[in-house]
Amino acid sequence: MTSTELEESTDVMSGTDEPRRTPRTYIPARDAEPVSFAERRQPGRMTLSDKLNLFGAALAAVSVTTLLFGRLAAMSGVLGALVVTGVVFVLLYALLVRMSDDRQAVRDRVMTVMLAATGLLLFLVLVFIVIFTVTRGADALPHLNFFTEDLSLTGPLDPLDVGGVLHAILGTLIQISIALVITIPLGLSAAVYLNEVGGRFARFVRTIVEAMTALPSIVAGLFIYAAVIQGFGLGKSGFAAALAITVMMLPIVIRAADVVLRLVPGNLREASQALGSSQWRTIWHVVLPTARSGLATAVILGTARGIGETSPVLLTAGISAAVNVNPFKGPMISLPLQTFEFVKSPEPAFIARGFGTAATLLTLVLILFAAARVVGGRAPGQLSGRRKRAIARASLADAGRFKAAERRHGGGAGPAS
Amino acid sequence: MTTTLRSAQGGLSGPSRVEKRRRLVSARDLPDMLFRGYAWSTGIIVVAIMIAVGVFLALRAGQALQVAGWSFFTEQVWEPDAGRFGIVAVLFGTLLIALIAGVVSVPLAVGTALFISEVASGRFQRTLISLVDLMAAVPSVVFGLWGVFFLTAEVIPVSRWLATWFGWFPLFRVDGFDPTDPLAGANLFTSSPLIAGLVVAFMVVPIQTSVMREAFSQAPAGEREGAYALGATRWGMITAVVLPFGKGGMIGGTMLGLGRALGETIAVYMIISPVFEVQWQPLHTNGNSVSALIANRYGEASPIGLSALMAAGLALFLITLVVNFTASTIVSRSRSGAESEV
Repeated sequence: MTSTELEESTDVMSGTDEPRRTPRTYIPARDAEPVSFAERRQPGRMTLSDKLNLFGAALAAVSVTTLLFGRLAAMSGVLGALVVTGVVFVLLYALLVRMSDDRQAVRDRVMTVMLAATGLLLFLVLVFIVIFTVTRGADALPHLNFFTEDLSLTGPLDPLDVGGVLHAILGTLIQISIALVITIPLGLSAAVYLNEVGGRFARFVRTIVEAMTALPSIVAGLFIYAAVIQGFGLGKSGFAAALAITVMMLPIVIRAADVVLRLVPGNLREASQALGSSQWRTIWHVVLPTARSGLATAVILGTARGIGETSPVLLTAGISAAVNVNPFKGPMISLPLQTFEFVKSPEPAFIARGFGTAATLLTLVLILFAAARVVGGRAPGQLSGRRKRAIARASLADAGRFKAAERRHGGGAGPAS
Repeated sequence: MTTTLRSAQGGLSGPSRVEKRRRLVSARDLPDMLFRGYAWSTGIIVVAIMIAVGVFLALRAGQALQVAGWSFFTEQVWEPDAGRFGIVAVLFGTLLIALIAGVVSVPLAVGTALFISEVASGRFQRTLISLVDLMAAVPSVVFGLWGVFFLTAEVIPVSRWLATWFGWFPLFRVDGFDPTDPLAGANLFTSSPLIAGLVVAFMVVPIQTSVMREAFSQAPAGEREGAYALGATRWGMITAVVLPFGKGGMIGGTMLGLGRALGETIAVYMIISPVFEVQWQPLHTNGNSVSALIANRYGEASPIGLSALMAAGLALFLITLVVNFTASTIVSRSRSGAESEV
């Protein structure tokens, strides 16, 4: 807008008594024909040609491999076929993209495919390991006696419908229970100490705990073997194994709980203290309930790690074939150790039992993990429906109490002392 | 301006009555003191347990080290009752297996972490994150079973192929293998450090992936969008923003996985067939590791033998300790790790 135009427009605005000149500015009419928008573009999404490129390259790669391995060259082997398919696929895909896009786009597409392939490979291996264990254990698992009998009457050549791993299941449960009885109070209290009390010594404790996570589990087992079994003459037993698991689990639980407690917002603590509560009340009534689900997850994941450890148990638990529920006397085998013992044998029945035991152990870990997902996964302060209802009930009870007090004191007189 | 302000202040509080700084120490009542005492005592107990382990190991290891002297670090054989034992062979085997595991696991972990944090999104992303966590919880004995009963049979042809065609390269050489002999058995290739390393690789990938993913996902959105606005493709953005940002996390995650790989026992013990000499051919059968040695020998060990095992365990512990502390320092010093936890 030039200055003369500006002056004219100000004239119009000021509304002099001269006859109205036609305005220079154009105001579009509101309800003229609607502006047609182009279709919304979503830059992150795959276009049709992207999909066709992928599909075409995959099809061509499979065809080339089939041709090479079946007809032209005398190549064989599943692994080789997979590698050749992969290489051919990447080359063809790059070529297809290059036909329509520039070099940068080719690099982007190829790398995206490579990233997806790495991820896929990893997850396939995981799924394969689980499926492999379960299918090889499928011979032993359908026999109910596998879960209800022990091995005391089972000879090396006995078929699968004799004997089971009840003693190992009980052993695992007893050992992990003892380890949890020590780990949960000690670990959570230590985490509270690190976070809520603090100070120079707390920082030292944190460094020590960090160092202990580096302790190889076999060395933890060796320590218990030399100190408790040989030193105190306890003998290989469930209690010694539980101690070894404890030494291994304690730093894991402390560190995980420490992280969770650190996420509790500081203003909750300050609000509680501003209302006059003491430190331990603040922790007991504010900090710990807020971090409840995270702490549960920390404990459950620590349990999942502890339950599957073989090496500390290998040195401390001892081998038994019969049910032993006394952790202080006699050897008490656990599931991972029993798996290990089974597959040392050349007998097919024992190897099948080994895989069955491993599948049982894996199921136990999966259950624990699912439980951790259900319990955890909430940020501190996000409450479950049950907790919310409990709080609402408590609040309602409080309101009733206030009402009653009010009636007793003759209405609105305030708390008389 | 300033003078008026000064006079106003002087008028308010007087020139001489400067209040002392108040000490903000709250008086604690008895329950609080008890609570703090309790919390402190749990800290003491934890430290006592941990220090007991360390001191006990050091003391018991000391006996063996006195017998062996410096030869502990130069001797290959392991005959404690004859007074000849050293850590060279087992330590070399441990490092070889951990190195193979690292070579395989790091590309897998970087790729998977980038895939989860950059390519996948929404529900799919969350599922993948849980799957990685789940993988970290799979017991090592299950990995060991997989290695012995599945992977060995699959790796042997690959090893044979590599030894046949690339045997001139020192890394793939297998002493005693004759490619022209059609009857050459597979027993030269079983129980090799390669197989053990592969199994350990899949065991340490989850921890590496989760540390790296954590670091990658913290790359600032502003810088990502800046790269996109300048016309970068996704891969261009990853190389220009995400990877430099997550470098600390990548190094830290790698070393953390390495620490795990060094200490892994049961899978290695199930796969490897132990020898007490420096065996540097990854494809060749035989190998050893410190933890497998302990698992193998603790049972029949005499007092001096047990003490020697303690010394080996202590050496392993010190190495993993250095690796872990270096890792956590790198992660916490890096830009991406300022707030994250390893």
